[in-house]
Amino acid sequence: MDAPTDWTDGVEALAYQSCDACGERWYFRRDFCPRCGSTQVATRVSNCVGSVYAATVVVRAPSPERRERAPYGICLIDLDEGVRVMTHAEPGIGIGSRVRIGFQRSDRGVLPIAARLTSDEDRT
Amino acid sequence: MAWITGVGMTAFGKHTGSTTISLMSQAATAALADAGLERRDIDGLVCGYSTTMPHLKLSTLFAGHFVLQPRYAHGMQVGGATGLAMEMLANLVADAGAARNTLVVAGENRLIGQSRDMTMQTLAQAGQHQYEVPLGPTIPAYYGLVASRYMHETGLDETDFAHLAVLMRRNAAGHPGAQLRDPIIVEDVLASKPIAPPLKLMDCCPISDGAAAFVVSTDRLGANALRIRGCSQAHTHQHVTGAKDLTAFGARQSSARALAAVGVGVADIGYAGIHDSFTITLAILLEEIGLSRRGASGKEVAAGRYDADGTLPLNTHGGLLSYGHCGVGGALAHLVEMHRQVTRRAGDRQIRSELALALMHGDGGIMSSHVSILVERTS
Repeated sequence: MDAPTDWTDGVEALAYQSCDACGERWYFRRDFCPRCGSTQVATRVSNCVGSVYAATVVVRAPSPERRERAPYGICLIDLDEGVRVMTHAEPGIGIGSRVRIGFQRSDRGVLPIAARLTSDEDRT
Repeated sequence: MAWITGVGMTAFGKHTGSTTISLMSQAATAALADAGLERRDIDGLVCGYSTTMPHLKLSTLFAGHFVLQPRYAHGMQVGGATGLAMEMLANLVADAGAARNTLVVAGENRLIGQSRDMTMQTLAQAGQHQYEVPLGPTIPAYYGLVASRYMHETGLDETDFAHLAVLMRRNAAGHPGAQLRDPIIVEDVLASKPIAPPLKLMDCCPISDGAAAFVVSTDRLGANALRIRGCSQAHTHQHVTGAKDLTAFGARQSSARALAAVGVGVADIGYAGIHDSFTITLAILLEEIGLSRRGASGKEVAAGRYDADGTLPLNTHGGLLSYGHCGVGGALAHLVEMHRQVTRRAGDRQIRSELALALMHGDGGIMSSHVSILVERTS
């Protein structure tokens, strides 16, 4: 198996994969390209900057421990690398917001959370 | 293509003392009586699943309890699309000659059988286990994401959704078996508490105990047999993060294939039974199937197009949103009501439309699994 690379393994990073053969990029780890089937797959660490594609807030949480944290934002972000990811969201983020994804560490592990980018940050 | 020869269902709501199997038995008994068949006539059995009673072999478990000895038995799982997928399977079983009379039955004590938290956690497992579920999204949140994007691109708003909730409640008021029958108005929906914005409590279906069943036969039995005319499915993605576009869904492909198989268009449809787990689900499906223009479903509901006495009556029992949702049986309730309407046995709820063709559509997962079925009354 690959070495730990991202938040799903407890590392404060967000990884995606790309295909050496056709250039396709995707998020959910696979050992083959979902477009062309090639097994020449590379894992890359994202710069964690992107735009919000969809957003909601979990007001009614499904368990007592999550209820303590509710309400919490959930959004889908189109990373600038061309991959869509789901993260938590700081309040006030809406569709089209430019965001940077950071990480929160808790007893539940590491979770990604999006915060609004300042226009200065977005110039790079 | 086979015939739907009998239907039956329980009231939905709270059934104290009920179990998955007891509810299934009630609905099955009613469906057999409606078809004029005895247990010994049933040689095919298709069941779904129950979240309160997970089992490796639900169909044969039920056969053992209900005392059936089918030569074909099958339990299937495609989430909210299971109900209509079961109908499609029963039709395939009939066409293949594997059984002459297939009982299709589903039920669950989802309301009393487990806590609300447990139901929400179980359903949320529809998310991707590694990349989505750890973030704690609920099923309303997944649909809230879909709704946010769909509204952004089509101009639908929360008032449009509210019109759909109001229509389902008005329909439910006419059915004694419906779980939620108190009248509501658009302002009530808009003022209901937020669950996963833009979705509020009244945009969401309740959790119910209940069951529904029907019989699919190779022969046209009795006076109320309806012909299954066209069936199609489409499974375009599993997870909301993996969907290419949250404004275009498999409902478009599956419904187009089913219509093409019969050689008809949406204008030929006289009754619609469409999955309505949330108001956004129903709005998107009406638009993707082409029954309403894109972005116009709410306004067309408000204008009366989908009223029981309108151009295209819709979920006249109140749908999942108000008749209730007990899981697989919830989707079958749409079919039972369609059968009663098209065979003109709906009593005080009877629609006026004489068009003999009905369209059924089911959605499973997060707009990810679609089943479209056309059913016709033939003279």
